[in-house]
Amino acid sequence: MTREPLVLGIETSCDETGIGIVRGRTLLSNTIASSMDEHARYGGVVPEVAARAHLEALQPAIEAALAEAQVVLTDIDAVAVTSGPGLAGALMVGVGAAKALAVSLDKPLYAVNHLVGHIAADILTGDEVEYPTVALLVSGGHTSLLLVRDLVSDVELLGETMDDAAGEAFDKIARILGLPYPGGPEIDRAASTGDPNAIRFPRGMSRASDMAEHRYDFSFSGLKTAVARWVEQHEAAGQPVSVPDVAASFREAVVDVLVTKALDACARHDVPRLLLGGGVIANKRLRDVALERAEAAGVAVRIPPLSLCTDNGAMIAALASELIMSGHPASTLAFGADSTLPVTTIQVAASS
Amino acid sequence: MILGIDTSLGTAVAVIDADGAVRADAASADALGHAEIIGTLLETAMTDAALGPIGATGASEPVALTHVAAGMGPGPFTGLRVGIAAARAFALGRGIPVVPVRSHDAAALAVLLTDPFADVPRFAVVTDARRKEFAFTVYDGIDDDGLPVRVTDATLVKRDDIDAALAEHGAERRDTTVIPGAMVALVAARAVAAGRVEDLGEPLYLRAPDVTMPGPRKKVGQ
Ligand SMILES: [Zn+2]
Repeated sequence: MTREPLVLGIETSCDETGIGIVRGRTLLSNTIASSMDEHARYGGVVPEVAARAHLEALQPAIEAALAEAQVVLTDIDAVAVTSGPGLAGALMVGVGAAKALAVSLDKPLYAVNHLVGHIAADILTGDEVEYPTVALLVSGGHTSLLLVRDLVSDVELLGETMDDAAGEAFDKIARILGLPYPGGPEIDRAASTGDPNAIRFPRGMSRASDMAEHRYDFSFSGLKTAVARWVEQHEAAGQPVSVPDVAASFREAVVDVLVTKALDACARHDVPRLLLGGGVIANKRLRDVALERAEAAGVAVRIPPLSLCTDNGAMIAALASELIMSGHPASTLAFGADSTLPVTTIQVAASS
Repeated sequence: MILGIDTSLGTAVAVIDADGAVRADAASADALGHAEIIGTLLETAMTDAALGPIGATGASEPVALTHVAAGMGPGPFTGLRVGIAAARAFALGRGIPVVPVRSHDAAALAVLLTDPFADVPRFAVVTDARRKEFAFTVYDGIDDDGLPVRVTDATLVKRDDIDAALAEHGAERRDTTVIPGAMVALVAARAVAAGRVEDLGEPLYLRAPDVTMPGPRKKVGQ
């Protein structure tokens, strides 16, 4: 194998069909086909719709990625794929394609963890990335706080959401406020003229009694109920409901709890680095509050470009590339889609 | 030489020569686990195919695939897609075309070829479609290109209604639990030879995606 392997990564864990091609740590293509528009009328990602879209998009996306990277499939040193976590039916499309491609090309296959992929995305920025780091991954599918001591060998789960992912909470609150899907950008737009301190919504999993068991876990269902109740009560009483104020106050509650717990993890583990990833990082208020409060706490924040924060195949290729360069053997062909793959399993079915 | 892949019921992978001789036939009857097993079956089939046609003696031609045949269903969607995705990716890796095949056509050809001298009466390939339904397609004999003559499109029917539905078509019932990979490849070989490759872009889903449209906002109350 070359010292800088050429890796093609396939990511189909949710509603983005991502094909990435990297050479070592260099990004050659990050091709994404999203089925988000097809989900809009349902107000959230529909697994069967997502899986159908992956099957349609896969081959054109691979061809587009190869064209952009200016390589042909026979140049590829290894194929990488997301084994989980994610939507099972969606993951299976990528797993089936990746295995067949690897056998067809007679090249090694690396089955990897989607969440660790989000961390690997940072490597493709070209900057020197330092470990250990705390990583906060926030999207429509997951909300996780991780401690990364080594990208390819030591990732610890500090906490995760006990119910909805943060992105889902944005979608649900948008619906309550009569705003379209996806909710994140819509809430942001509405919040821009609102007062974030107008209403004090609850911060989930933040009571003193939560600190023993759930110090780094998240919960957004109570917040969602609180917002819905507040809106109902004001409507019932004939009082005006300021959508900008509700949106801004809701967003503040989510951002506050995310940033507070992330910086608490940095302090408690004596790690002065925080990596942000996942599609919700597009939320400017989240980035602003994280940067401001991290600076005050002496924590350096890394935020990869948004195209590498949302789900993508480049991060999957990047993680496999790191595994290869650090001498990890390929995966066997005997693995499946694992919708609940724990983050501690960085690579699946590694051959011994 | 054609690689046939079908995951509409179990998982089936086979390689046949242009003349129809079977080189490799690897299958799992498991109605689940398609994504788990597909890679291993492909690897096994490629290894076996290199040994030449099954039962042949003497030196074999090297494996030189010309097409990948993809079973397009009908079948439970989640598993069905694994085989189609695999067929497309494998073909892409080799730079060869995919030939979409109706999975019931492959099962029908297996019925028709069991005894080439028998006069097989009109029959229906019947497969499990889950949710208390069957999928069936009615066939009547074989045409000059060696392909089964399809009388109906693949159709969903409630399990209790299958016999009445088939009686309407005057078709014998042939319950099918296995789609042979070699037959998927053979239907493709004959369709290619006859210039009758079907343009099936999508799997034969037969059902719309299971979704619930968002209703009016639910009250949370006190
Ligand atoms: Zn993600």
